Amino acid sequence: MSTPANQLIIFDNVSKFYGEILGVNRVNLQIAPGITSLVGPNGAGKSTLMNLMTGLLRPTRGSIALLGIPTDQPERLFRKVGYCTQFDSFPRGVTGREFVSSYLFVHGFDQKQASELTQVALERVNLVEAADRKVAAYSKGMRQRIRLAQSIAHQPSVLILDEPLNGLDPMVRAETIALFKKLAAEGLHLIISSHILHEVDMMSDRVVLINNGYIVAEGNIHGVRDEMEEHPMQILIRCDQPAKLAAYVFAQDHVVEARLHDDRRGLFVRTRDADRFYLLLNRAVTEGEVNVESVAPVDDDMSAVYQYLIGTSGDSA
Amino acid sequence: MSSAAEAIQAPETNSAPWGLWLRQIRAIVSLELRKNFFGRRSILIYLIALSPLLPLFIFAFVNPDDSEWNFNVLSKIYAILYHSLILRTVIFFGCAWIFMNLFRGELVDRSLHYYFLSAVRREVLVVGKYLSGLITSIVLFTATTVLSMLLLYIPHFYSQSLRYFTEGRGLGQLLAYAGITMLACVGYGAFFLVVGLFVRNPIIPALLLYGWEWLNFLLPPLLKKISVIHYLNSMMPVPLSSAISEGPLAVVAEPTPAWISIPSMLFVTVVVLMLAAYRTRHMEIRYGND
Repeated sequence: MSTPANQLIIFDNVSKFYGEILGVNRVNLQIAPGITSLVGPNGAGKSTLMNLMTGLLRPTRGSIALLGIPTDQPERLFRKVGYCTQFDSFPRGVTGREFVSSYLFVHGFDQKQASELTQVALERVNLVEAADRKVAAYSKGMRQRIRLAQSIAHQPSVLILDEPLNGLDPMVRAETIALFKKLAAEGLHLIISSHILHEVDMMSDRVVLINNGYIVAEGNIHGVRDEMEEHPMQILIRCDQPAKLAAYVFAQDHVVEARLHDDRRGLFVRTRDADRFYLLLNRAVTEGEVNVESVAPVDDDMSAVYQYLIGTSGDSA
Repeated sequence: MSSAAEAIQAPETNSAPWGLWLRQIRAIVSLELRKNFFGRRSILIYLIALSPLLPLFIFAFVNPDDSEWNFNVLSKIYAILYHSLILRTVIFFGCAWIFMNLFRGELVDRSLHYYFLSAVRREVLVVGKYLSGLITSIVLFTATTVLSMLLLYIPHFYSQSLRYFTEGRGLGQLLAYAGITMLACVGYGAFFLVVGLFVRNPIIPALLLYGWEWLNFLLPPLLKKISVIHYLNSMMPVPLSSAISEGPLAVVAEPTPAWISIPSMLFVTVVVLMLAAYRTRHMEIRYGND
């Protein structure tokens, strides 16, 4: 069943040019609830896409609507949307608590509501103890978390996060990813840009790959990988008779390569149709041809998809 | 989103939610007043506001040995001081600094996006920021106006001054100068707010306006009316022409009556604020270019 338009984030043929410089071009996207990661190298257009989504930038062409609300109506949009930008700057002289609550007042919440919502947001990002210290004295990770608290404090349905894991230590990263998963499970849209591909892999329901202002691919990571026919899937099978298995699978038209592992206890297979290969392997096992210890796709992850589509290692992007 | 705060209702968003807008304006004014009075940029404002008081304070301890120095010349001296120093310099540059920084300062500090990412109409944001600038400038510069007048009168002619301000025309003049100060803040404030929104380096238009206002006495009557200073001068309790000669090149024009000056300035202010609101509504945040 398709998701109604008022529950989607819709980019309709959106382009953004900075003078003659391309920001993004001809973007058509429909984003459903869950965690969607924007992935691409620096300058690819991820932040431009996020700024367009939140009305900080205006499209040169096309239109954008979040849950049916156009982005040029901030008074309606930001009842539903929270945006944690990459701008690491704050109003001067405020404490963490004041920073969060003051913009809740601007939203229109009264004193009591703002205090309660601030407390909830601070608890969610584990910053209650430091809340009454000046933001200027915070570490980079704390500043990141207080901005996250500010963006979730008014309880939005859509949360847009530009590199939200930057500057966080491993423990806090794990907690933050858990928080994102929890929010997504509550039915929120989370749009996250990140350079850390294994974390994208870990938390995303779907990815949008962007390069040079163009959407290169979008969808479920495995779905995107499946569609890349020019890059056959690599699978490593650890088994007792790899040579026999190689002979067994090599007759199949979808298998383009079968190579013995150096230790002679495994087989690398490259196939254009992973599903058919797995069926074949099942048959080989049930017919007693081989005893399989493990089967692992080697390049069915975000890093591989990124490398194939964008051409560089994601972590250096 | 969270069970703990599920009971909290989002503020109402019906077609004309005046209550919500007033709450939002109050929140914006409160945030901005804190910045205006206690922020890093406020130091310059205090220096500007205090600048006429310091020489008057020193002068309070000086006994002028001049036969023409008497109580009756004080109103003319104050008229000159108010016109040339307080109105044309202190209030002008003070308002420039306060109102230009309302938006431009936040672009420089990269913090304007927090307002733009709040569920507030940009028009409401403009009104809130303008009011905060207005309160700041009126408080500071009205205090400058009143204190400078008292500092000129009281130390030298204490008993006469007391009578003048309690029983004579002094209080009326004081209130008139204070009123002109407030009106100047209203007019200059709107101008500088909109300049800060449109121009990356607002100093240049500020200096252009400063020059225009200074040359006002040379302009033909029609052009005189395209300025703030003409309307403010028209309301001076002590006419400038009685206090100072503007020279042979000066073009004399009839003062505009207050019942025209005040509504005209307020009308122009509203128009300028509407322009500011339109600009803000279509504004993008691209700090790299600011």
